[in-house]
Amino acid sequence: MAKITLSNLAHSYLPNPTGEDDYALKELNHDWVDGEAYALLGSSGCGKSTLLNIISGLLRPSRGRILFNEQDVTDAPTAERNIAQVFQFPVVYDTMTVRDNLAFPLRNRGADAAYVQQRVQQIGRMIGMEAELDRKARGLTADAKQKISLGRGMVREDVNALLFDEPLTVIDPHMKWELRTQLKELHHEFGHTMIYVTHDQTEALTFADKVVVMYDGRVVQMGTPQELFERPEHTFVGYFIGSPGMNVIGATVKNTSAVISGQEIALGNVFGDPAGKVELGVRPEFVRINEGGEGLPARISRVEDVGRHKIVRLDMGGSNVDAIVAEDATIPADGVSVTFDPAGINIYSDDWRVAPVGEDAA
Amino acid sequence: MNKTVNQKAWFLILPVLVLVGFSAVIPLMTVVNYSIQDTFGNNVFFPAGLDWFRDTLQSDRMWGSLKRQLFFSGIILAIEVPLGIYVALNMPKKGFWASFCLVVMSLPLLIPWNVVGTIWQIFGRVDIGLFGHTLAAMGVDYNYTQDAVDAWFTLVLMDVWHWTSLVALLAYAGLQSIPDAYYQAAKIDQASRWKVFRYIELPKMQGVLMIAILLRFMDSFMIYTEPFVVTGGGPGSSTNFLSIDLVNVALGQMDLGPAAAYSIMYYLVILLISYVFYTVMTNLDKRDGVK
Repeated sequence: MAKITLSNLAHSYLPNPTGEDDYALKELNHDWVDGEAYALLGSSGCGKSTLLNIISGLLRPSRGRILFNEQDVTDAPTAERNIAQVFQFPVVYDTMTVRDNLAFPLRNRGADAAYVQQRVQQIGRMIGMEAELDRKARGLTADAKQKISLGRGMVREDVNALLFDEPLTVIDPHMKWELRTQLKELHHEFGHTMIYVTHDQTEALTFADKVVVMYDGRVVQMGTPQELFERPEHTFVGYFIGSPGMNVIGATVKNTSAVISGQEIALGNVFGDPAGKVELGVRPEFVRINEGGEGLPARISRVEDVGRHKIVRLDMGGSNVDAIVAEDATIPADGVSVTFDPAGINIYSDDWRVAPVGEDAA
Repeated sequence: MNKTVNQKAWFLILPVLVLVGFSAVIPLMTVVNYSIQDTFGNNVFFPAGLDWFRDTLQSDRMWGSLKRQLFFSGIILAIEVPLGIYVALNMPKKGFWASFCLVVMSLPLLIPWNVVGTIWQIFGRVDIGLFGHTLAAMGVDYNYTQDAVDAWFTLVLMDVWHWTSLVALLAYAGLQSIPDAYYQAAKIDQASRWKVFRYIELPKMQGVLMIAILLRFMDSFMIYTEPFVVTGGGPGSSTNFLSIDLVNVALGQMDLGPAAAYSIMYYLVILLISYVFYTVMTNLDKRDGVK
């Protein structure tokens, strides 16, 4: 188990990167605290797998250092780093039995036979394959194979970190839930540092203590699920996390008020005079629909009933706004207007959040 | 969907039946016909029962050829398969040199059989051949026209030169289809090079290797042109393989009946061995149920 430090780390797949755009992973300084479970969240191609492969040593970064417990391992091969990694698609040794598959990493390190036997049994129970331990891995279903991969990742107790690269992609939803719960339990039990790459926000939010959101080769925000929800630091975070994502509407902002298409809206905080492209972000949970009266005039274009609540899609003077209303709420037919709960409003300048005056620079 | 019964559909496969009839069934039946009849000429035939088969089975010459043939196929498989895998493992994975290797390795495969035979016939000659002359100059007693061991050595070397590329190319294709994640996982599991080969590469190559072994077995078991050109079956009958022997019976002695019986049995042996190969190897594949 180890603290992992990334220092001025950057990576480009080109031999001679010139501009910022050539880097798949932009310069990054970050500490992964020992024993925490992180989720690395982002859309495809944002650099999350690159970052993971750099940590595991499968890729050598173009710039910067990577340290395990303050010890420089930038040039250390994968084998020396003593990490475990589970890949997106199942990697099993087809000709071996499930038992031999699980025992493989231990035996390669010359572990004691009795210990291997006992540990494999334990892991077999954990992944729910105790009954199939003596079966050949070939011919098993994709999710059974992926469970073996997970098991092989977890079988060593002394690993510095456990890395998961979208491991549940091929697993059916019911099993996903179960495995994720098991991973979390495992984390509580052994306290490994875990880094879990995913593009599925539910997976990230339920698995991790801290979620790291990446966008275009950059870490845009790191925080607890609640922080990501309440204070997205970047419009991407707002849009990527949440279902549906945050509404982002062009506005002019001056101190305590914002103006959207000629209408003034009161803000709960003082924002000064942000420059650049200014936008107002508000999550659908904080959008209220009123019948007539005050607020911004809007037209309802669609209502989706998702069971626990309803999602109302509105057209507000050309821009789309989503609102979430209670399942039993009556939705007025015509002539509606919307208001925003001031507590849920964030202001963005050039996609980055503007901290209101007086907020902790946390 | 309900299927309607319409026996007229049989007419649709008629063209294929006719084609196969002319290309395979009729020629084969002619051979079958010869194998159970005898003639004194003038195109008058009379039944001979299974005499030709009995004669062939009792022929020491045939058994000698069969043994040599099996021995030859065994040797070249034992050399070409491991060597081909070794070459494939050491080929560049991408870039210019990968294409270069592929082209260079395909060259022997593109040369016609009798040309390969001629090349080696000259190459191995002690008087003017580069190979034979060099060996002689180094003081090695080598002469494939007089010494049976030298003749065998030349034929095996020629076959290895001609066909190892095929095995290598097939194995290479198998290796290329292994996703990177497997090698990465092996690194993380700290598997040794041998274990990577044994548990990742070899199992993933199994399918293509089966094809390679089958192809090389059938081809080497039917080999005719190259040994015919290089040694003509000699010295003595030391490289007299089944196909060479068969041609001697059929065209040298004009014994059509025995030759027909011979070829039918030859064909059945190849079919049988290929079937056994195939069954054994696909069963290896299925051996994954609960033990």
